[in-house]
Amino acid sequence: MSAALATSLPAEIVQITTDAYTEPFWLAAKEDRLVAPKCADCGTFRLPPTPFCPECRSKAVDWTELSGRAEVFSYSVVHGFPGLPDITLVAAVLDLPDAPGARLIGNIVDVDPAVVHIGMPVTVQFSTISDGWKVPQFRPLD
Amino acid sequence: MTAGDVAVVGVGSTPYYRRGGSAPQSIVDLAGQAILAACEDAGLAVTDIDGFAYYSMAGAGYGQAMDTAVFMETLGIPEVTFSATLTSGGGGSAGSVGLARAAIVSGDANVVVSVMALQQDRGRLGEVFALVPPDPLSSFLKPAGLSGPGHLMSVLTRRHMHDYGTRREAFAEVALSQRANALNRPDAIMRKPLTEDDYWNARMIADPLCLYDFCLETEGAVAVITTSADRAKDLRQKPVPVVAAVHGGHRDWGRAFSWYGMPRETFASSGHAAIAEHLYGRAGVTAEDIDVALLYDHFSPMVVMQLEDYGFCKKGEGGPFVESGAVRYKGGSIPVNTHGGQLSEAYIIGMTHIKEGVEQMRGTAINQVADAELALVTGGPAHLPVSGLILGQAS
Repeated sequence: MSAALATSLPAEIVQITTDAYTEPFWLAAKEDRLVAPKCADCGTFRLPPTPFCPECRSKAVDWTELSGRAEVFSYSVVHGFPGLPDITLVAAVLDLPDAPGARLIGNIVDVDPAVVHIGMPVTVQFSTISDGWKVPQFRPLD
Repeated sequence: MTAGDVAVVGVGSTPYYRRGGSAPQSIVDLAGQAILAACEDAGLAVTDIDGFAYYSMAGAGYGQAMDTAVFMETLGIPEVTFSATLTSGGGGSAGSVGLARAAIVSGDANVVVSVMALQQDRGRLGEVFALVPPDPLSSFLKPAGLSGPGHLMSVLTRRHMHDYGTRREAFAEVALSQRANALNRPDAIMRKPLTEDDYWNARMIADPLCLYDFCLETEGAVAVITTSADRAKDLRQKPVPVVAAVHGGHRDWGRAFSWYGMPRETFASSGHAAIAEHLYGRAGVTAEDIDVALLYDHFSPMVVMQLEDYGFCKKGEGGPFVESGAVRYKGGSIPVNTHGGQLSEAYIIGMTHIKEGVEQMRGTAINQVADAELALVTGGPAHLPVSGLILGQAS
């Protein structure tokens, strides 16, 4: 059986909202840069961005630019989405080697779902969604 | 130790309906029927109710809500002295009885009802994450297209399979064993046997989960009445003591599958380890003392992971444990979801498990576990708080 390549949701139905704590992440994504908030006092990464460092309660953040490399921690092969019964999505939880302790959730795209596996190395790319924002997606690292 | 200072004295429910089947009744109507049935069961007048202890933010599913004043208005309840809810969602179902206990032990109220009503005509719970617009936190989750709770939990399941070698055969056994338990129940939605072929030929929804790993989309209401051990003595039913009730959870689990930041061991779990520790500690018992387990089964792998978190088997051994037949009503070492659960009887966001626990402890369950003295009831593995409840034999 030839599997459908995994894709992502159509841009026009994907929305995000931001607040003061998360906006720097999304502004960087618009420039195709992957960043993560690192506590400026104790160095702990956290995602999603929240007001306090959970380790030391500091509010000071260094927005650190990451390499974009990631590793699949776990994933699901999703068949269908409301209104899109035939879509195939690989939704993955990703470890970020240069932001230890922080994880991202994103689609692995243009890949046969059968080859995706836990521990698989992937790299980021950015995909435009509604209102001019971009979301991080991932593809296998060659 | 909680030690039975309060007791469950009444349970009541509406019939269970498939999605859309309870119209044109409203949420208030369904919940009111369940409350009146629970009062009748207890031998109490509805006017005796002076407290409401909800969970899930008093929501009725995701699109609707329940409200104490509305219940007072239509049921003619004269005065309440307690009206509160646990936060978050279905994780609090078992814990709502603990909230009722808090009201009673503090002296705030005497006769407290916990209730859940569910209709899904405005929106399917299975699509809820696609229907609700993103907030700044969920904007880090929703673009990936995990549209419902089962999709989200399939990611945890995959990791459990990777870490421990858990097989889909274990999830099939959960689905098949619970269907077997539903077959003789007049109120169950699913009364046709589920076969191995049915399971293995079912469509994959969020691989590794297939159709039969997902709970039913049903409607209806269930209410439970809790009062003091003293007051309980004079009522219609032999009181079922609340041996211990716990809600909460550990930061390592936190927002769970809305967050996905859990450390590795907690990621592939039900998030109930902290609840189990406190629950057994307060009750002064261990898993070996539990005679029947009513485990929140929104998705079959979460039954496997709760068996681990509650110590019925070691961490990582839930798959082989289930595959051995251990959870079967007939012949199992720990009968699980003797009512068919949310996979086969009806899904009312955890309340059917409390009802079954009470019936088991009264000795009146349809699939009665002989001489059962302690029943474990759990709330849904989900965003904290999660919860657990141990009920004792009625006396």
